[in-house]
Amino acid sequence: MAADLQSVTLSNGKKLEVHTHLFINNEFVPGHGPLIENINPATEEVICAVHSADESDVNAAVEAANTCFNNVWRKVAPAERGLLINKLANLMERDKEELAALDALDNGKAYTVARDIDITDSIACFRYFAGWSDKIHGKTIDTVADRWCYTRHEALGVVGAVIPWNYPIMMAAWKFAPALATGNCVVMKTSELTPLSMLKFAALAKEAGFPAGVVNIITGYGATTGNFLANHKLVSKMAFTGSTVTGRKIMESSSHSNLKKLQLELGGKSAQIVCADADLKNAAVMACGGIFNNHGQSCNAGSRIFVQSSVFDKFMDLFVKATDDIVLGDPFAEDTFQGPQISKGQFDKIMNYIKIGQEEGATLYKGGKRWGDKGYYIEPTIFINCKNNMRIMQEEIFGPVVGIATFETIDEAIALANDSTYGLAGGVYTSNVDTAIRVSNEIKAGTVWVNTFDVFDQSTPFGGYKQSGFGKELGKYALQEYTQVKVVKFQLLNTGA
Amino acid sequence: MVQPDLQTVRLSNGKQITVHTQLFINNEFVPGHGPLIETINPATEEVICSVHSADKQDVDAAVAAAAKCFKDTWRKVAPADKARLINKLADLMERDKDELATLDALDNGKAFTVARDVDITDSIACYRYFAGWADKIHGKTIDTTFDKFCYTRHEALGVVGAVIPWNYPTMMAAWKFAPALAAGNCIVMKTSEVTPLPAYKFAVLVKEAGFPAGVVNIITGYGHTTGNFLACHPDVSKMAFTGSTGTGRKIMESSSTSNLKKLQLELGGKSAQIVCADAELDKAAEWACGGIFNNHGQSCNAGSRILVHESVHDKFLELFIKHTKAMIKIGDPFDEDTFHGPQINKSQFDKILKYIEIGKQEGAVVAHGGKRWGNKGYYIEPTVFIKCHNKMRIMQEEIFGPVVAIATFKTIEEAIDMANDSIYGLAGAVYTTNLDTAVTVTNEIKTGTMWVNCFDVFDQSTPFGGYKQSGFGKELGKYSLQEYTQVKVVKIMRSNL
Repeated sequence: MAADLQSVTLSNGKKLEVHTHLFINNEFVPGHGPLIENINPATEEVICAVHSADESDVNAAVEAANTCFNNVWRKVAPAERGLLINKLANLMERDKEELAALDALDNGKAYTVARDIDITDSIACFRYFAGWSDKIHGKTIDTVADRWCYTRHEALGVVGAVIPWNYPIMMAAWKFAPALATGNCVVMKTSELTPLSMLKFAALAKEAGFPAGVVNIITGYGATTGNFLANHKLVSKMAFTGSTVTGRKIMESSSHSNLKKLQLELGGKSAQIVCADADLKNAAVMACGGIFNNHGQSCNAGSRIFVQSSVFDKFMDLFVKATDDIVLGDPFAEDTFQGPQISKGQFDKIMNYIKIGQEEGATLYKGGKRWGDKGYYIEPTIFINCKNNMRIMQEEIFGPVVGIATFETIDEAIALANDSTYGLAGGVYTSNVDTAIRVSNEIKAGTVWVNTFDVFDQSTPFGGYKQSGFGKELGKYALQEYTQVKVVKFQLLNTGA
Repeated sequence: MVQPDLQTVRLSNGKQITVHTQLFINNEFVPGHGPLIETINPATEEVICSVHSADKQDVDAAVAAAAKCFKDTWRKVAPADKARLINKLADLMERDKDELATLDALDNGKAFTVARDVDITDSIACYRYFAGWADKIHGKTIDTTFDKFCYTRHEALGVVGAVIPWNYPTMMAAWKFAPALAAGNCIVMKTSEVTPLPAYKFAVLVKEAGFPAGVVNIITGYGHTTGNFLACHPDVSKMAFTGSTGTGRKIMESSSTSNLKKLQLELGGKSAQIVCADAELDKAAEWACGGIFNNHGQSCNAGSRILVHESVHDKFLELFIKHTKAMIKIGDPFDEDTFHGPQINKSQFDKILKYIEIGKQEGAVVAHGGKRWGNKGYYIEPTVFIKCHNKMRIMQEEIFGPVVAIATFKTIEEAIDMANDSIYGLAGAVYTTNLDTAVTVTNEIKTGTMWVNCFDVFDQSTPFGGYKQSGFGKELGKYSLQEYTQVKVVKIMRSNL
């Protein structure tokens, strides 16, 4: 049987040691599911094989979390939880480069981006929620004179989390940080496509001093490992980020098992609206990042751009210029901005959508082809002359492909933006205060950016409307996702004179 | 021939009243296209009248009316004006209190005095409470970095679907309508086909109060048809459901296959009342009696298990039976003395008697009651089982009738474990004079409401909702506002610093 620690070589020649077993109860233990080969998307070669969790492993992880919660974690003082989370953040800071290298290796994103955005923001997220740990407040509520009422915001117990491959550490941080701060124990299934960086994180969680069973990290296929977790009777809540299709399955599993609480962060088809009075240069640069950041592999990608017709030509000029600045290359090359797509499956799916776009009558303005001949690289791709009912304007492509259309009036733009089953995010570029307020009020999405895009803070909430899901990550709002409210009502027996 | 809307019905006290029987959509009573459903008087087993029910086209019409009203009208009404309308409605309910109470008593079988002094009184208080919140739905401004301005909006969901049960016809409707309207939503509510009459009188008052057409829509029909059409409707943003756990699962499943609509589920319960050796036994017995026998045991939060410290069991039982005999006066709902009316219908009646048989077969002992009362109407005597143990079906399964199961315990830890040994977690109580016991027990019991030295005490300002398989989401209190809003964050990037 393969040992837990394996040696892998990066494209820059460096060697790293990675864990490959499951992390349960503060130990790396073998899994009983199949070994899963983990592919480097930049080279198409196998990095190593990792253990996956079968039903017995999921049970072991949940039971470890449950025992720890009942016997240990729920008795740990909130301030102590805050200390541990801050300690963990410090260790992540110390080992930042290694974490970034693992994200870049496994996911294919540029190492500099992983280091300066993914890991940096993850650390900030843990520090932010560490501060909330000892500030989870209930209320006292006056009702009538002979009664004394208060609420407690209690931990849920065992939280199940299933995260995707697009931001391996950051997606984990967004779930671990509020879950731990509010006093829960967590069993997280990472994506079988990007299992490595969170196993390094697991080692740091143990080093930081979290009691055994607070943090459990396993991997495996969604249809098996994820499904066992979604159906487990001891899991009080499933927090899921991923496709809308899988979100439906998780809700179905909850309905058949123990009606566990749910939080779903699903797909998106966010619209960026460029008004005639916008700072066009800024809009072009922001909009470019809005779609092409992370190789288009963001649920909140601004994958539809609506440009007011009078400024279309000027905007396109600037937008293409910004796109031309995108450097594709090896994730570990210093100037790389765009790496490969995550896998062959995604590569094929995106190339198919590019074909569909042309068949639907959109004009392929730029890109549209594979880049290079090794690795799942796709050129930044721009379609113009799109109609909002085209498949490339309605369905989530999850790649570096943007669909552009024009509009005449602001009302038209709002209607086009809202004509989608999704409601994750949106953006408007304008210098007019009335336009900014009206558009941001009217767009049916959980985040609206004005004169920018893809800007996140740990203190503002993130989460969708409509079929983009429900529930919030980040910000104080996230705390209520990980607590349940109990009211206690005392009747006074002796009310005095 | 289409049954006319208005029908005349006769009460047991000789009075005649006129009731509406058609569907209330867009401020009009309109015929339904589903089957006519007979509504039975549970005190006499006779048909009161038939009511129209909604088929798919009626549900579609109601949702379309609500959606159009939200988009064109209701979302533009100032919050303060919404508050005035809700307060006006409360005033009209106050004016017509007796008629509303009469309809609840006629259709449900609860005592008229109870309907008037508890159900209707508390419903009016609930509307007044939430009217006050209507213009106090606040988002936040959040400082992140110097170059950004961020704020959140707590927006209405749009069209809310609500399905309510028959046990508190007017009050269950109030708990949903009040926060939903205050938060700015339009509603389509399906009442129980077993108690359809009271809500139509309420609908008349809604129109008289001046709510725009389409804000409030009230239909009735079977759960698996009418309720299902509503749960599957793509234009309904959220389902708020109170009822059985079995139906709660179906509603969640419907959401998973339709539009992933948000959910709020208030399901079953098997709440434990813990009587400690140091309790004031006579008061405990009195509260505990109401805790199970209020509303003929037809409450999701009924204290249907009583765990008594073995040293005070016999004394407590004596007091409990004394209070049962004194308090639980059985009779016609319109009799001034009546406290305890019939169970809602034949099928519930049969189910409860069957559980009484099961209890005997399991080895529990009937200490009081155990039989039908009288020979007309679905009346069951208040029934007390002793010598129970927590694994019996009568201690684990929700009976929803006037049947209580009593067991003993030796230590507080044992009582806590027994109370928590249930798939449900809706409510619970502890009777004790000891501070440490009160705090320990209320902290440790896994439920949404814990009463101390009382039971079944509600306020409009404290939240209500379960843990575990009793559901999720809160009714009443400020907490319920977040069930009826969705949060959008707007992030504005400054260019001029």
